[in-house]
Amino acid sequence: MGLALLIVVLKSIALHKKDERYNQAARFWARIFAVNFLVGVVTGIPMEFQFGTNWSQFARATGGVIGQPLAMEGVFSFFLESAFLGLFLFGEKRLSPRAHWASAFMVFLGSWISGFFIIVTNAWMQHPVAYRILPNGSYEVTSFWGLLTNPWALIQYAHNMSGAVITGSFAMCAVGAFYVLENQFSESGKLFLRVGVIAGIISCITQIFPTGDIHGRYMAKHQPASVAAMEGLFHTQRGAGIVLMGQPDEEKQTIDNPLVVNNVLSFLIYGTTKAEVQGLDKIPRDQWPEPLPLLYYAYHIMAGLGTYFALLMVVAGFLLWRGKLFATRWVLWPLMLSFPLPYIANTAGWMTAEIGRQPWIVYGLIRTDQGYSKYVSAGNGLFTLLGFMGMYSLLSILFIVLIYRIIASGPEKIAPALVAEPITVA
Amino acid sequence: MGFIWFWIVAVMIVAYVVFDGFDIGVGILHLFVARTEQERQISVRSIGPVWDGNEVWLLAGGGTLYFAFPLLYASAFSGFYLALMIVLWLLILRALGVELRMHIESHVWRAFFDGMFFISSLLLAIFYGAALANVIRGVPLGADGYFFLPLWTNWRIGPQPGILDWYTVIGGLLALVALSLHGALYLSVKTESQLQERSRFAARYLCVTLLALTIFSLPATMTARPDGLQNYQHYPMLFVIPAAIFAALIGILYFSGKQEDRKAFTCSCIYLALMLVGAAVALYPRLLPSSNDSANDITIQKAISGPHTLQVGLIWWGFGMCLAIMYFVVVYRMFRGKVSLDSSGYGH
Repeated sequence: MGLALLIVVLKSIALHKKDERYNQAARFWARIFAVNFLVGVVTGIPMEFQFGTNWSQFARATGGVIGQPLAMEGVFSFFLESAFLGLFLFGEKRLSPRAHWASAFMVFLGSWISGFFIIVTNAWMQHPVAYRILPNGSYEVTSFWGLLTNPWALIQYAHNMSGAVITGSFAMCAVGAFYVLENQFSESGKLFLRVGVIAGIISCITQIFPTGDIHGRYMAKHQPASVAAMEGLFHTQRGAGIVLMGQPDEEKQTIDNPLVVNNVLSFLIYGTTKAEVQGLDKIPRDQWPEPLPLLYYAYHIMAGLGTYFALLMVVAGFLLWRGKLFATRWVLWPLMLSFPLPYIANTAGWMTAEIGRQPWIVYGLIRTDQGYSKYVSAGNGLFTLLGFMGMYSLLSILFIVLIYRIIASGPEKIAPALVAEPITVA
Repeated sequence: MGFIWFWIVAVMIVAYVVFDGFDIGVGILHLFVARTEQERQISVRSIGPVWDGNEVWLLAGGGTLYFAFPLLYASAFSGFYLALMIVLWLLILRALGVELRMHIESHVWRAFFDGMFFISSLLLAIFYGAALANVIRGVPLGADGYFFLPLWTNWRIGPQPGILDWYTVIGGLLALVALSLHGALYLSVKTESQLQERSRFAARYLCVTLLALTIFSLPATMTARPDGLQNYQHYPMLFVIPAAIFAALIGILYFSGKQEDRKAFTCSCIYLALMLVGAAVALYPRLLPSSNDSANDITIQKAISGPHTLQVGLIWWGFGMCLAIMYFVVVYRMFRGKVSLDSSGYGH
């Protein structure tokens, strides 16, 4: 999704400045996007079905609410994406530059709409709004508009999309830095770095402020148990400090080897250093999010990496502005090597959201152990889990091999396989 | 409201089978009708820009089913657990087969992904046919609305059916032949010279086989579901549907004989659509019949979502479908005509 936006940016610059280099860059990133899209499509299909296959009690109860955004995703986003991706990838020669720009924009729009509906679904599980319970125990939407404008969804969407742009920017910067350091395709590399660093600065900052900040405060208000567990705050405190590092000990309810900055947590949540922050001691034991240490680490990894991203991008941005970035190897190296980290940060962020919601599948309404498919035995579950692990390993290997080949063959000529037998539909 | 949503979901499933059906068919056939590397490329490229959009009907249909009939979605998806998971794996492999073959210029690489495309398309067709046959035969639903079926038990229709038994296997074979034929006719429309001739040749044989299987499936269905004709007996007008099914099959034979490929392909679309509509008519107002006790049937009334959900749904669904149809028109117009290899454009 981040890359889809960056491709639109490249196409826009190309159209505006009539600069063919940006078109060439867009073509190169389109090829990388196509591989990403393929992996996204094939791993996304199972998700829509798993509500029914593995969580049938949950699906049965809540279909009247969250079935709606899921169906809308299919109807409004997937048709749009798939139709225009074909035009965007295969149609450049047959479309005017403006129409080709429009096809790129539609792919971007489709993928961002898709993200929105998925977040609406998840946000309802995190913070259920606009529903009523029917006599047969299932849920129904009372206000469609209320469902789509769930405050949780809007905040989570902003935070999530900003994270997607960070991922795209880091990928673009990494390839750019690689080309510059390798001294091969370095003109393209510099172009990638310029676009990537600028998009990176913007997205890294919005990730922390305002989206991360508002998200955290909203969560503290509505899911105090999650925030207490994320921060490792076992005891309710006035002027609570923030734990930068340390290992939570659930039995003794302490943090080992803590590195704490006093009063900061109170300040971040309530805007004053004196405020009282609720600890896990206020939460009944059977409502603690589990596994608690994993939640704590996931959150700390996300926040730590987010801070690193912002610092790196600000430094790179400063050097870019001074015209020194392309010669500053000690910044190019981390830019090149950091591309896997946003993937880790995004995963950790989702783990924070999902483990933080535990023990609920719909916060405060349905517990996770009331949502699974009763008649699917553990043996069948394990069989299919192993199957998916195998399938996704295959996908990962293919993904890495193909992306590596695209990067190695470079943006300045079309890959040999495609020069030898390029095809269009006449 | 229940009536409307029943047919909305049915129409989406029909759209999925008619559209994705031909690219599944191409996947099954391309190893046999496309012999040279060039022909293989043409056949894969003939579906390249459209297969993904076709598959969206499955996702959009699945999502619509989920919110309109949550009980059916929850019950059927968990009950057919293993078969559904295998279908998901096949969908993954098929997508890789179509999309990745062009990435590396190597005989081994391409042969590998062609094989993957073939096997996954073949098994998908069989699983889809078997799935429909399962719905017609019924499943051992409990009073709580759930069931669980193993992949197979004793291959008999009885108190303990499996997903695969003799009846559902016939359903699978029928779907295999029908979708292969659909793909063969599509290739006849989209290609030229030898590839086209071989596709036409395959279509003739497949059509005769399909005619035989369709005739055979009638008594088989009556055995598996003796009350299947109830709705038809109430409204004898409905016998138009089976009549039209056979007319469509004759149409395919007639037009492919005259090498009017487009018309033959249209007849094949009609055949597939009417087979599904015929089954839907027989089921209505049941969504998933029980094989032991008809009191446990999942009916529209039992499974339907709340009224507000469905009213709002009707509005956005109508709007969304207009958009989707518009995209389909744009894309199919853009990529109309015969597929050929030339020097413009770049692959992906």
